[in-house]
Amino acid sequence: MGRYVLRRLLQLVPVFIGTTFLMYWLVWSLPGDPFAGKCGERPCPDSYITAMRDKFNLDDPLLVQYGKYMVGLLQGDFGVNYKDQSVGTLIGNAYPNTIKLALMALAIEAVIGLVAGVLTGLRGRSYLDNLVLVSTLFLISIPVFVTGFVLQIALGFQLGWIKPVVSSGAPWEQLIVPGFVLGSLSMAYVTRLTRTSIAENKRADYVRTAVAKGQPQRRVVAVHMLRNSAIPVITFLGTDVGALMGGAIVTEGIFDIKGIGNLVYRAIGAQEAVTVTGIVTLLVLVYLLANLIVDLLYAVLDPRIRYD
Amino acid sequence: MRRTRWLVGVVVPLSLALAVSGCGSSDEGGGGGGAGGAAEDTGDPNGAISTFGTEPENPLVPGNTNETGGGAIINALFTGLTTYDPVTSESKMSNAESIETKDSKTFTIKLKKGWKFHDGTEVKAKNFVDAWNWTAYSPNGAQTGSFFANIQGYEDVHTEDPDGTDGPQKAPEPTSKTMSGLKIIDDYTFEATTAEPFSVFPLTVGYSAFMPLPDAFFKDQKAFEANPIGNGPFKFVSRVPNQNVKLTRFDEYQGQDKPHFKDLTFTFFEGLEAAYAAVASNELDFLHTVPPSGIAGGKYKTDFPDRNGSQPYQGNQTLAFPLYDPKYKNADLRKAISMAINREEITQKIFEGTRTPADGWVNPAVPGYVKGQCGEFCTYNPTKAKEYLAKSGYTGGIEITSNTDGGHKEWITATCNSIKNAIGLECTFVPVQKFSEIRQKANARQMTQIYRAGWLADYPSIENWLNPLLRTGGSSNDGEYSNKEVDAKLAQADAATSIEEANKLYQEAERLVAQDMPTIPLWNQTSQFVWSDRVDKVRLTGLRELDLSSVIVKK
Repeated sequence: MGRYVLRRLLQLVPVFIGTTFLMYWLVWSLPGDPFAGKCGERPCPDSYITAMRDKFNLDDPLLVQYGKYMVGLLQGDFGVNYKDQSVGTLIGNAYPNTIKLALMALAIEAVIGLVAGVLTGLRGRSYLDNLVLVSTLFLISIPVFVTGFVLQIALGFQLGWIKPVVSSGAPWEQLIVPGFVLGSLSMAYVTRLTRTSIAENKRADYVRTAVAKGQPQRRVVAVHMLRNSAIPVITFLGTDVGALMGGAIVTEGIFDIKGIGNLVYRAIGAQEAVTVTGIVTLLVLVYLLANLIVDLLYAVLDPRIRYD
Repeated sequence: MRRTRWLVGVVVPLSLALAVSGCGSSDEGGGGGGAGGAAEDTGDPNGAISTFGTEPENPLVPGNTNETGGGAIINALFTGLTTYDPVTSESKMSNAESIETKDSKTFTIKLKKGWKFHDGTEVKAKNFVDAWNWTAYSPNGAQTGSFFANIQGYEDVHTEDPDGTDGPQKAPEPTSKTMSGLKIIDDYTFEATTAEPFSVFPLTVGYSAFMPLPDAFFKDQKAFEANPIGNGPFKFVSRVPNQNVKLTRFDEYQGQDKPHFKDLTFTFFEGLEAAYAAVASNELDFLHTVPPSGIAGGKYKTDFPDRNGSQPYQGNQTLAFPLYDPKYKNADLRKAISMAINREEITQKIFEGTRTPADGWVNPAVPGYVKGQCGEFCTYNPTKAKEYLAKSGYTGGIEITSNTDGGHKEWITATCNSIKNAIGLECTFVPVQKFSEIRQKANARQMTQIYRAGWLADYPSIENWLNPLLRTGGSSNDGEYSNKEVDAKLAQADAATSIEEANKLYQEAERLVAQDMPTIPLWNQTSQFVWSDRVDKVRLTGLRELDLSSVIVKK
């Protein structure tokens, strides 16, 4: 197990170098001069453009630029963006909000999704089952920005139950609705995955054995059935954590959450290779770590899986 | 918030709730009575206001700020020699006691005594002269360096890169660090001499490029950028990147436009929609641009009854021609296209009346504007347009290009259809993803299509709409328009001895431009703004900023 984890962690190193370089190169090759549009409708003075290009080493060859960037990054310095703000500070300000929103969305989709999935999986073809099927179909078919705006207008403006926009610092209670919006699609998937898995395992031999042994219904479902049905769900949730941690441009935009999604979106528009690379590197690491944790969880859930 | 509201709803006894709401309404009545009474209602002197802002593109140094986001903050932190009246846009003396000239070439500028920077040092003549020299000096790379191009000795401090920014050569080191046209007479007097006579110079000095800088800036620029020190009505408190900039009232401020409240926060949002929602819930006090979803069907008027406004500001929209491309050389073609555009219908149908059809190259909100300068060439007339098109002998189609990151697709398509229907010229819209791509092409003079352009006044004067845009070699004359007669008229206007006389000559120059139609004026902009119910006496200035001198926080 230990060797397996070590091997996986070592794999992170080439991935890290590869992604940073790819990102840097991609942003670098975007068309347009990042400073051409900075002076409104008038052309920026040449002296301004020259000074900025010097400052950000843009006249160096790509590899030299990338090298200078990596030297800074390895010392923990994310560099500054074209507005002369420290990228480290920007990420430091934005990432806690994104993590909070992601955890909220994850909690909502996991709890509601699993409960609804187990209930419907146990009593297939009932009224409840149909209701859940129809409502998950509904959630899957409407885009996130519709859910977002509808809930913002209905709950925020008309009923006045929530603040239409999240105040700075993103307090937990204000993230419930945005979290629901963000997690709604995955919630529907979790429900359906759980339902299918449970429905399949209901007829498995080990369940019949457990029931025959006279174990209480609750124990049969929670320990024997759920644990074995959880693997596809956990796989899905694991990749979803990675995706959620990458920020949510639409949800963040609607509820004005100062998260990582819009930060990277704006940086791409402004061709700030430094900001984009810094954030994406971080996201890649988070994604890979989330996947590692999921892989380790398999072994916990199913003792038959071994890693050495 | 959801939870607390629930708790309030359940726990607070009904009687208390009634008392609270009763208190609110009586307060409102009191406020209304106060406004009608003798004493002027100045609101809560310790109140706080948050206004919509956008992240400054550069560190907060006046000479290096040339965009609206940073500009609004700079204007609160700094006050120039003059300021512009928020309603009429007339220029008024502010930090200057007087600006005098006999020949429109040498200007003697006297400062008022007793003005202070936020760090307590006095504002002296050298603070202006040093700041102007710093901004103009090209190795400093300040964005607004070109605003000093009229001053004598500018070419000694500002050198151009001989082969453009992409070429291998570097700009030569300037021979001097100071402009010979700026002379300090004493602590409170200095002299500015322009290379050529420039009658409207006193009108330009209210722009942020001309703000003074304290000695602290020249000692340690990094420290200054982290904690800017100005001489304006507000002083700097803090800045959180991507979130907000906080300012507070500077009590020793000497200007006439003292604010009636204490704390000012520029809050940055993820988008206009979110900011609009924030004003509706009183999280934000002022938003200067209602998003399209609020404009549609006049929704903002029902969302914010009595708390909305609509006002023209000094910006316009034009179609520009790359005149260096032989395809567009014929003035008759340009006139034909202009007369084929139904401005009235497009402004009503696409913009719901939030744009007004343009009748000249100068915006109506600008002092010096006169009506109908473009005359019949800016009036929809399909028959005449066809005549002109026939006269030009142009065959083939035209293409109009624009960036699509600012929502221009709808009106360009409508304009194209109008041209197609009126004169049968095949017209297609060529979208380009980013504004910077268009800019780069225009700067490099590589445009081959008609393109969208616009202008937002730097300072309120007719001159700002002509010299930079339509004079040979003007700083924003991207189409390379050149007409000797126009140049001569503009030079004559620059040399006029009074602003009235100058304006008359500028207007004549504008009429000459109409014969060439180098750009097609389309429409002028208006801004729709909304505010929260916490504030009152809200006005929008001609530069589309909240008027900080009139707004009050309700008690």
